[in-house]
Amino acid sequence: MAQQLRPSKPADKKPKIDWSRRQEAEHFAETVKLFRQGKVDPDMFRRFRLQNGAYGTRMTDDYAMVRIKVPAGQVYPYQLEKIAQLSEMYSIGSAHFSTRENIQLHWVVLEDVSEIMQSLSDVGMTSREACGNTVRNVMCSPLSGVCKDEIFDATPYAMAIAKFMLRNPICQGLPRKFKFNFTCCEKHGMVRIVDVGLIPQIQEIDGEKRKGFKIFLGGGLGNRSFIGHQLEDFTPVEDLLYTSMAVIRIFDRLGDRKNLVRNRMRYLVNDMGWEKFQNLVLKERAIVKATQSVIVKLNVDETKNEIRRPISVSNDVASVPDGFARWQKTNVEKQSQDGFNSVFIGLESGDITANQLRSVAEIIRDYSAEGFARNGFSQNIVIRYVHDDDLKSMYSKLLESGLAKTGSLTMASAVGCSGTTSCNLALTNSHRLAKEVQRKFLELKLDEDDDLKDSTVKISGCPNSCGQHEIATIGFYGGGGRHEDNMFPNYTMSIGGRFDQGSMLGHHTARVPVKRVIPVILKIIELFKENKQSDDTLAKWIDRIVNGNESSKISSVEDIKKEISSLLIPPKVEDEPEFYMDYGSDTNYHTITGKGECAA
Amino acid sequence: MCCMTDSDMPVIDSKTLRQKIKENSIRLVDVRREQEYQQGHITNAINLPLAKLLADDSAEAIQKIAQDLGISDETSVVVYDDTFGALSSRVVWALQYIGHKDAKLLDVTFSQWKSLGYEISTEVPEIESAIHSININPDIMATAEYLEKAKENKNVVIIDNRERLNYLEQHIPGAINIPYRTLASDDKILRTKEGMKNLLKNRGISEDAEIITYCGSVGTLSGLAYYAMKSVGLPNVKLYVHSFKEWKNLEKPIDKQENANYWDLSAE
Ligand code: HEM
Ligand code: SF4
Repeated sequence: MAQQLRPSKPADKKPKIDWSRRQEAEHFAETVKLFRQGKVDPDMFRRFRLQNGAYGTRMTDDYAMVRIKVPAGQVYPYQLEKIAQLSEMYSIGSAHFSTRENIQLHWVVLEDVSEIMQSLSDVGMTSREACGNTVRNVMCSPLSGVCKDEIFDATPYAMAIAKFMLRNPICQGLPRKFKFNFTCCEKHGMVRIVDVGLIPQIQEIDGEKRKGFKIFLGGGLGNRSFIGHQLEDFTPVEDLLYTSMAVIRIFDRLGDRKNLVRNRMRYLVNDMGWEKFQNLVLKERAIVKATQSVIVKLNVDETKNEIRRPISVSNDVASVPDGFARWQKTNVEKQSQDGFNSVFIGLESGDITANQLRSVAEIIRDYSAEGFARNGFSQNIVIRYVHDDDLKSMYSKLLESGLAKTGSLTMASAVGCSGTTSCNLALTNSHRLAKEVQRKFLELKLDEDDDLKDSTVKISGCPNSCGQHEIATIGFYGGGGRHEDNMFPNYTMSIGGRFDQGSMLGHHTARVPVKRVIPVILKIIELFKENKQSDDTLAKWIDRIVNGNESSKISSVEDIKKEISSLLIPPKVEDEPEFYMDYGSDTNYHTITGKGECAA
Repeated sequence: MCCMTDSDMPVIDSKTLRQKIKENSIRLVDVRREQEYQQGHITNAINLPLAKLLADDSAEAIQKIAQDLGISDETSVVVYDDTFGALSSRVVWALQYIGHKDAKLLDVTFSQWKSLGYEISTEVPEIESAIHSININPDIMATAEYLEKAKENKNVVIIDNRERLNYLEQHIPGAINIPYRTLASDDKILRTKEGMKNLLKNRGISEDAEIITYCGSVGTLSGLAYYAMKSVGLPNVKLYVHSFKEWKNLEKPIDKQENANYWDLSAE
């Protein structure tokens, strides 16, 4: 059969919303100059820098990390190509996909940040309010619009909230950062670990079907984490903006501005008690509604995206490429739209090279009938609306660019925060550890194991939870341990964390030396295999254990601890010098941290 | 800076080059591998693989190369490559080092020229060798010894043009990093003048600073940086042509960004 010729490539789709404001780049450049000349107070400069999306970098004032905001994770091919170019020009030749759907450039010379901002304006993007005490990137499930279990597509609402909040005076000086997450369904989002989490609902009121949300408030991960509370049964979409404003106003007024360590809204909710806070929100919402002199409305654009299958590259890929079945099983999700699939591209700890970014852009153009991609919340990229017939061909393309890593939708795709690769507060190289875990899982083909499919591994480099370890089936955060005269990286392991309707934080289980993390994970899997029920998964088994509902040989966290205890004993330095070194380092471990900007 | 004339500019644009090809008034040099050259080159170009220059870059060897290519003291020379201008920069610099006055870079690469649809040929032009003098231009060259002394001077800026990770891992103490990728624009080997000036302004590099560029080993990436600086009229730029490889071999001091595992952020 002859290869079907492609007409010509469809013109690049352009985003409907331009998030940028060009003057901000120049202003940033000027302010950096004044700061370097000592004419701007360092604290003020830091706040300004964060407001504009530039974090500090580990042990230096010379570099910044630029966090590019991607509302709802929606990103277009020409934007990815621009970021590829910027990463080579101003960063390390790789970019990072974060857990909050941002794209980050690390080790950028502070003086070059304005050049990046300038170039981002060319493609309608911004880093504004990606850090600092602002409304951070508004997230939306990467499967919103295509999920089989969703009631309606929340994306237009996520976009509308993002647009309303960006540069809005009411969120320029909040007590602390503020996060919105929208989802499609319970399974595919993280609505209970953020300030405001929203799940689409439809309710029949007076015989009329009305759109709305289940709204969760006051969740969040960090040094101390909390699960969010549901505000009310049903919040109609008309009340979405009023509710959001009410919550932000309360937080702005009552949030703790002095005690920087406990000033996220979740502490306010916790201190006040949920019921009191809930009442306050409902009352404030009534006031907001009643006292509006001008009707403020969200600008929700619900026009449907054009779905046009770009091509049939070829209907007959000569042979099934090697590894296709494994990849399809662990990276591809069927959509609610017949014949279409969402393809997950797994990265190691979210890192991707400039050339791979260019390949992704090309692959989106060639295979996605919607013409853009969505960033996931596990440091990955999702290309949706890929036709059944194109999967094999797309897989070959991904293979060519080193982007066909299997296991994206499984436990193999471990998450790791920046750790000592760039973060000032890091105690360990969590970023590399997550890569090591992933490599081991893939080597052992554990991604193909259905029993492990719904489990997760997430790793943070310190207790601050950027790697979201507390909601992982098996989670770790970094710290230092000591044996005799020597220090070694030592992770605190928690098990049983969840972020679905049964959301809960993991149970602290043991302290695990870095070079034992992989053996301990494998040991837990082995224990599970020995004790599992016929139709069991690791996540379910651990869930029963931490909740005291397991009756087999291993029935408590203590039992697990006992079983792994022999792995946790430090060897003598002479016997195993690597035990005392972190991954990515060939010298003995010591902790060193700089000034954090967590509370900034 | 106000009074730079076109003839001072180190680059020549495609339009002017096409005119000169027609007039047969330049010597066009293609710095790609011989095989690539044979498959097609800009009309009238002759081939000079960089390896030939690097094999021996004494003034006498450069002189011989120039003469063999039919370049006399008066010949107008234009050089191009397909490696974002880095190799051709190194060739132009070598010619200028032995005192050649009129050598320029083509402002696009061979691929860009090709995609613009301009003249390409497989014909190898006949050339007669010429006589070229040696008139060393010491002001454009920095040795390790020179650099070591100069870097103590406040008005000297040393620029490392390697990629960021290599720079973080080790660099000449006091050097700043402008990766070579920063120098180009989307469709030219160099930024616009305005863009280049803006970058330097942001970095706080003053127009009267003495600049020394270096890269990994043979002065190609830093050669391009040399001309990027020249393109905005900086008067005092030098190329540390033997670059970091020599610096390390000489066991000179090296600085490193400590206490961070930045390599693990790379997806390479
Ligand atoms: C006390 C200080 C901090 C706290 C409590 C904190 C909290 C968090 C949390 C909870 C997340 C997970 C996303 C979410 O579900 O909300 C996150 C993500 C992140 N944070 Fe932080 N953060 C802190 C400081 C920092 C610092 C200093 C950096 C380094 C510049 C940093 C970099 C990141 C990155 C890169 C992510 C995304 C994770 C990834 O994909 O790599 N954070 N942060
Ligand atoms: S968890 Fe700790 S080490 Fe990791 S990015 Fe956050 S602050 Fe840094």
